Amino acid sequence: MTTDISPAAPSAAPPPESETEDGKEQTLLQQIMSGSWLVSLLAIVLALLFGGVLIAVSNAEVVAAAENFFAAPGEFFATLFQTVGNAYSALFRGAIFDWDARTTERAIRPLTESMVSGTPLILTGLGIALAFRCGLFNIGGQGQVILGATIAGFLGYALPLPPVLHMLVAAIGGIIGGAIWAGIAGVLKARTGANEVIVTIMLNSIAGYALGYLLKQNWFTHTTSANPQSRVIDDSAQMFLLLPPPFRLHFGFVIAILATIFVWWLLERSTIGFEFKAVGANPHAARTAGISVSKVTILVMIVAGALAGLGGAAQVLGTEYKLTGGISGSIGFDAITVALLGRSKPLGTFLAGLLFGAFKAGGYLMQSQTGTPIDIVLVVQSVIVLLIAAPPLVRSIFRLPTPVLKRKED
Amino acid sequence: MTKVFGSFVANDHIDLTIEPGEIHALLGENGAGKSTMMNVLYGLYDADGGEILIDDKPVKFSGPGDAVAAGIGMVHQHFMLVPVFTVAESVALGYEPTKSLGLLDISEARKKVKEISSRFNFNIDPDALIEDLPVGAQQRVEIIKALSRDAEILILDEPTAVLTPQETDELISIMRQLKEQGTSIVFITHKLREVRAIADSITVIRRGKIVGEASPESTETELASQMVGRAVSLTTEKDAADPGDATFQVRGLTVVDKAENVVVDDVSFDVRRGEILAVAGVQGNGQTELAETIIGLIEPRLGTITLDGKKLVGDSVKDRLGAGIGFVPEDRSTDGIIAEFAIRENMILDVYDREPYAKGLNMRSKVISEEAKKKVEEFDIRLGSVSDPISTLSGGNQQKVVLSRELGRDLRLFIASQPTRGLDVGSIEFVHKRVIAERDSGTPCIIVSTELDEVYGLADRIAVMYAGRIVGIVGPETSREALGLMMAGVPAGEALEATAGTTSTDGAANQAEGTESAAASAKPASSATEPADDDSATTSAEETK
Repeated sequence: MTTDISPAAPSAAPPPESETEDGKEQTLLQQIMSGSWLVSLLAIVLALLFGGVLIAVSNAEVVAAAENFFAAPGEFFATLFQTVGNAYSALFRGAIFDWDARTTERAIRPLTESMVSGTPLILTGLGIALAFRCGLFNIGGQGQVILGATIAGFLGYALPLPPVLHMLVAAIGGIIGGAIWAGIAGVLKARTGANEVIVTIMLNSIAGYALGYLLKQNWFTHTTSANPQSRVIDDSAQMFLLLPPPFRLHFGFVIAILATIFVWWLLERSTIGFEFKAVGANPHAARTAGISVSKVTILVMIVAGALAGLGGAAQVLGTEYKLTGGISGSIGFDAITVALLGRSKPLGTFLAGLLFGAFKAGGYLMQSQTGTPIDIVLVVQSVIVLLIAAPPLVRSIFRLPTPVLKRKED
Repeated sequence: MTKVFGSFVANDHIDLTIEPGEIHALLGENGAGKSTMMNVLYGLYDADGGEILIDDKPVKFSGPGDAVAAGIGMVHQHFMLVPVFTVAESVALGYEPTKSLGLLDISEARKKVKEISSRFNFNIDPDALIEDLPVGAQQRVEIIKALSRDAEILILDEPTAVLTPQETDELISIMRQLKEQGTSIVFITHKLREVRAIADSITVIRRGKIVGEASPESTETELASQMVGRAVSLTTEKDAADPGDATFQVRGLTVVDKAENVVVDDVSFDVRRGEILAVAGVQGNGQTELAETIIGLIEPRLGTITLDGKKLVGDSVKDRLGAGIGFVPEDRSTDGIIAEFAIRENMILDVYDREPYAKGLNMRSKVISEEAKKKVEEFDIRLGSVSDPISTLSGGNQQKVVLSRELGRDLRLFIASQPTRGLDVGSIEFVHKRVIAERDSGTPCIIVSTELDEVYGLADRIAVMYAGRIVGIVGPETSREALGLMMAGVPAGEALEATAGTTSTDGAANQAEGTESAAASAKPASSATEPADDDSATTSAEETK
């Protein structure tokens, strides 16, 4: 009789309200994903408003006008709106369309720059979003980007191959690099139950330091220079430009569009995606339905890593053309935000990646023209994440009704 | 003493009056609002309207502590006990008697346990560990706990769900004693037989509203139709089984859990084509593990499973599903469905990659929707659209989705664990019909159930499990008493012998009468159908020993 004594046996009788027992990770993910488009949009608006406050506070003129607030309130507001307006219009001109530019080329170049910055974010973001949808927290975008970039870059200058083929081989090398790196976390999770969050974070560090080591080895960098950077990749390995210079928009953006379509097909139309989503939503039911949870876990991580690795490859083959210690920038971490903002949907991630690319591209002009620190952009990005992680907060600020879970009681 | 309830969400203007020293049964389907109401009464929830009166005085509870102080005790469906505590410690938990310096005065608690225990002949050792006690005794500890705080009103929430029939009888006798001592009892249940056996007055709740008072003299059919709101038949019509070859065999199956406990112990049985083998037993005696081992969720340590001459052990779940096993898991919300998925997706959860639903890697959305609509029609599932998440459906309709999925293909074996758990009477009727239809089409069926009504309603043969072993396999005409003894571990031969002559031998003799007469009304329908199967059933029972 000892077996049935445990009061923890939750199956002893029909538990009417046991849907939320799947563990915190799962529910947090579900909460994030169940947020509406409206919440995402409002989060962006709120974050920009908050950024505006910071711009005002950090601006000496506004502060000076505030000191004379009671003497000249009108002047304060004029300065305030002018400062914030200038900063954001510079951001816009740097990111989308520059109406002050002398030539048409220069006027539309910012938009293509946003696409260039967005490309690796979209690809990596898709990898993270895919893992999210399958119930896995892939925090290892950074490591996977580094691995992808490292292998793609190395193949880009180490192999003598004809154009296009060289680029494809290098890009596939990047895909494999990212896939292996994420696959390690997948295998460890499936075989030993190791938490993928911890494993991927550690793999980030390993990838970063490994690249740092390799860049000091002349056999790897193919240079004799003491600088920790590699030779420039061959022309044949570069992702060709879609528009003539001065535009930098390259083939990687097309790859990002194709990858978005691929992930959509995978998740929404394929049997593999059905398995992925089933495991993500309810691993118990998936297992009972004959889906191998460990196989899916490994496969999800491999595909996610492949996408992130492709993001790294696009960065080195399309934009940077050489390997440096900072090749990945903060792509891996920004991509997490991108995936969250895009609610882990392929199209959402694509748009969010573009938005973040725009922030990046516009931030430079904002800094150079108005002296507003580019850090403001980072703050805005971070506030977006905060707000998206707490949809009830956004709803209460805008007094939106709480979405009622449709659930009939029997 | 009067209690008045007013309007709140799950309970709509419910008025309930409980007289001192009466046993008041609250009867209703799952989700009718019984538990919600009692939780308000016990101070766990706040009422949004209305008031509670004790002895005509309004009281306000801000938590269970207040309710306990006002003389209300509650025994929850899942016991709130700490396994490693002794009985005395458990009873003391929550209102620990203290000596000076705040030291725990456990001897005081021990004395109290002894006193109450002897008053009601509970026979509970205050120093026994909770985890060593059988479930029935644990329940008594909960009752002692409530009584030790001078509870005048005792709320029992589905108290019989985890008990064997014998333990249920004992509980009923305890309830009678309590009543004689002046304690009022609110008895929440959806089991009609118990209500008729013990209740002084019955209140039927449906969809949060009181739909009527009933007297214990009402027949079960009357009570059931009041509970559901329409006429229902409680006994499932079925023809005699026409069993064919034993295409499914289990031999010497032994399963150990993670803690190396043997949960299924050397189990062997056959299931023939066109028969239903019911696996009965108290929850937690290895039935769940047995079913999960057959489908491949658990790998056995020893033994073989053979379907159509093919050995299954070592095959993946997917392969076994492919071999034609249909499996309805015990815990629907965890294992049977994916709440966020659409209804149509849940209908193909284990056949998503087969024709016609998929072609290569592509899923065929149109086909999936069309097939889903057909199944909705066939299984009479009430829904808005097949693209809605399945979480919008009631439990009964969710279960129909699961059944439509598992029965919707050609099966070589059908296993269902607790197929009607948590379902209303109307859905139970439907599920039983479908299972019998599957049997009649020649599929061997295994039904794991802790509900004896279900076992009797479906079984052509009954295998009783206790502590991981099959105690015996008997025919459906076996008496409830004999089955009850077997569920407590008494071998089939002895159990049949013990119950053959006299009605009952244990201490609950007088109580057994009440349940027996009730049982008798439900029994003939099922037992009379299978006289021919009797002999073969008993011989196979001998085999297993």
